[in-house]
Amino acid sequence: MSTPRSSSTSSPPQIPQSLTLAPARTASTSSSSSASGMRDAAEDDFDSPPSQMSEDDPGGGVGDRWEPDLRGGNGGARWAPPDQVLENVLESVLEFLTAARDRNAASLVCRSWYRAEAQTRRELFIGNCYAVSPRRAVERFSRVRAVVLKGKPRFADFSLVPYGWGAYVSPWLAALGPAYPRLERISLKRMTVTDEDLALIAKSFPLFKELSLVCCDGFSTLGLAVVAERCRHLRVLDLIEDYLEDEEDEMVDWISKFPESNTSLESLLFDCVTVPFNFHALEALVARSPALRQLRVNHHVSVEQLRRLMARAPQLTHLGTGAFRSEAGPDGALSVSDLATSFAASRSLTCLSGFREVNSEYLPAIYPVCAKLTSLNFSFASLTSEELKPVIRNCVNLRTFWVLDTVGDEGLRAVAETCSDLRELRVFPLDATEDSEGSVSDVGLQAISEGCPKLESILYFCQRMTNAAVVAMSKNCPDLVVFRLCIMGRHRPDRITGEPMDDGFGAIVMNCKKLTRLSVSGLLTDKAFAYIGKYGKLIKTLSVAFAGNSDMSLQYVFEGCTKLQKLEVRDSPFGDKGLLSGLDYFYNMRFLWMNSCRLTMRGCREVAQQMQNLVVEVIKDHSDDEGESETVDKLYLYRSLEGPRNDAPPFVNIL
Amino acid sequence: MAGAEVDVGTELRLGLPGGGAEAAKAAKRGFEETIDLKLKLPTAGMEEAAAVKQEPAVEKAKRPAEAAATDAEKPPAPKAQAVGWPPVRSYRRNVMSVQSVKNKKEEEPEKQQPATNASSNSSAFVKVSMDGAPYLRKVDLNMYNSYKDLSIALKKMFSTFTTGNNMNDGKLVDPVSGADVVTTYEDKDGDWMLVGDVPWEMFVESCKRLRIMKSSEAIGLAPRTKDKCKNKS
Repeated sequence: MSTPRSSSTSSPPQIPQSLTLAPARTASTSSSSSASGMRDAAEDDFDSPPSQMSEDDPGGGVGDRWEPDLRGGNGGARWAPPDQVLENVLESVLEFLTAARDRNAASLVCRSWYRAEAQTRRELFIGNCYAVSPRRAVERFSRVRAVVLKGKPRFADFSLVPYGWGAYVSPWLAALGPAYPRLERISLKRMTVTDEDLALIAKSFPLFKELSLVCCDGFSTLGLAVVAERCRHLRVLDLIEDYLEDEEDEMVDWISKFPESNTSLESLLFDCVTVPFNFHALEALVARSPALRQLRVNHHVSVEQLRRLMARAPQLTHLGTGAFRSEAGPDGALSVSDLATSFAASRSLTCLSGFREVNSEYLPAIYPVCAKLTSLNFSFASLTSEELKPVIRNCVNLRTFWVLDTVGDEGLRAVAETCSDLRELRVFPLDATEDSEGSVSDVGLQAISEGCPKLESILYFCQRMTNAAVVAMSKNCPDLVVFRLCIMGRHRPDRITGEPMDDGFGAIVMNCKKLTRLSVSGLLTDKAFAYIGKYGKLIKTLSVAFAGNSDMSLQYVFEGCTKLQKLEVRDSPFGDKGLLSGLDYFYNMRFLWMNSCRLTMRGCREVAQQMQNLVVEVIKDHSDDEGESETVDKLYLYRSLEGPRNDAPPFVNIL
Repeated sequence: MAGAEVDVGTELRLGLPGGGAEAAKAAKRGFEETIDLKLKLPTAGMEEAAAVKQEPAVEKAKRPAEAAATDAEKPPAPKAQAVGWPPVRSYRRNVMSVQSVKNKKEEEPEKQQPATNASSNSSAFVKVSMDGAPYLRKVDLNMYNSYKDLSIALKKMFSTFTTGNNMNDGKLVDPVSGADVVTTYEDKDGDWMLVGDVPWEMFVESCKRLRIMKSSEAIGLAPRTKDKCKNKS
């Protein structure tokens, strides 16, 4: 396209305000969960719908195709390109691109597009905080309003990454603060965040609106108090499955620190803050937060207190119900019908969770809202199948259901019969040990597959499974995007035929054409992985445990799963040969994690030598005091533009 | 520091679960702790030893003081388990383990964990003497959930000392005189109290020994002391 060259060096006209697209309100992480209504990120690296935030990170994905434009002095300042009009038009158009994947593509067209895209990217998504340095990121993108950062590998959730490994947010904040004074949103996952970091956020970003911390650690109620007090425009404070550092006698009354005038709070999720809090302050806060739509309290809230909160906030859409039992004596306990009245008055409720110490007698209180519920999380409620079934039968519009395996196959049958619109099911084990009884089986899975044909995501912990049930699900639920089956006892075969579970998982990859995330378990041979490599063309995340016979399994996966981004393997008989079969593919992935396999230092060193743009970390347990042994217990490798990180602890050996 | 102006004082809700807090502390310390904290340990044999680690070795060095405290609470693991398997997040494990401790102490409000009972998994043996009986017995208070259970057990234990049809409401009777007996206990402070006055949990926590004595000798026991004990004013 040709346009007249501008001859003068007049200052570039401003982008017309009407063409500047306001960023999507839903914060990056909430966008992915709001589809399911569940902010809880347990066992989840949710693939966001492409229209919002994609999983590709801008810096780390494009190595040799990406050159930072650091010429012209200050990389963030604009220098007048020859064709200013085109640049402005480009920017106006690119404003409409929101997905990082689309933006990454646009940035590759030519320098002009690269610059225009860099100026207009509003949300920065960094899937691995070590893939790119903060400096590089802020130099390229000058007008960012939201940052998403992910740190530790997911297996950290299962105690496989020793404490102190890394993923500190401090260096990022040090760079983001000066670069983006108008920053509004920060979302962190599996990062270490200190109270000082929280104070720095409050100080650096006067317009700060949304803070989301998922599976983070390192901070306490002291840091929360600073955020509450100083972030006067705060809309969202979502604390999800974080580990706070409080000792009970040192905690701070952070709830009292919110502004005394009406607040802009829309979402306050703090069910993971285990220490007690000032209830009266919360009640007052809720009363002066007219925009509040989502509230999740911790287990220190009784039904009597819950009722008071609900009275103050009848407009809630998402409610985490706390303990859901009475704290009063036998004479003062709230009646079920009074509690039911409260629920009846909450006409907008679509998402319920909590029930942390549930007294099942109070369950009927939620009947008035069941028909409108799209999301229900009973996964911390130890309820029997008999207690659950009447509730389930009322939830005809349920799309997301999380529950403990105490629901039993019977309860799942009720789900199948009632919840024909179900999209996401998670069944967690009450007793998370390998030899537990397990209360659900292939029978429940089969029932669900028959009753819930729209199922998109399933996480299922069990002890007894058959290939037939898995095959049935693969055929009945063609929309499956996430299939995670965990047969808890290791190497368990089909309970009826005694065969490996190869055919079941094979059917899943064959029939579920939209599958992007897969976790396998049970007795599996190389054949299963041959299937996965052959048919799993869209798989981005694969989790493997106690599976496979030989290195061929890994080779099948590397060669076949062309979209593979994240591979996590544990306790499987894969050695250096299998590792090296991935050499050509590692750079297209975000990371590879392998623990308790058969890797040696020789194999890992070879990867490090041949692939200079990978960081290869060999992680030891603290207790390994001996010098470097040849066997590698934990390997974590990831692409990076920065080379070895400088904050690695002594037990991490970067090759 | 930024947080210098922040008050530490806070109004806490009443009924702070002490027992739960203790367990929560243990659970919190064990954030990256492995799975068999307070969960049922498997009884079947483990097939794959190669892949399996001793979990204390993994976690001890991380937070040594806390890991040691947690180890003190846990019964010794009969065999090693795989770290982080099944793949249930530590967050969830912690929440569920705190819950299961609480559920075992159902209707009673939570109290501070007693020094003797680190968890409901361990035992709380106390000596039981019955006046006139030739020997002492021992009972594990953690085996019972209520006074009723305890009294049934005591009755069985000392049934040889009751006359056949003198089962007044199931009460024991003095073997010599046939008079009613009452059960008393010596608490942590050395005072003798009537059994049944305080909530069960509090009783289990503070009881050091039990004594079954004649009702006539137990008059005025609850507010005042008797016998070998120091006076309370």
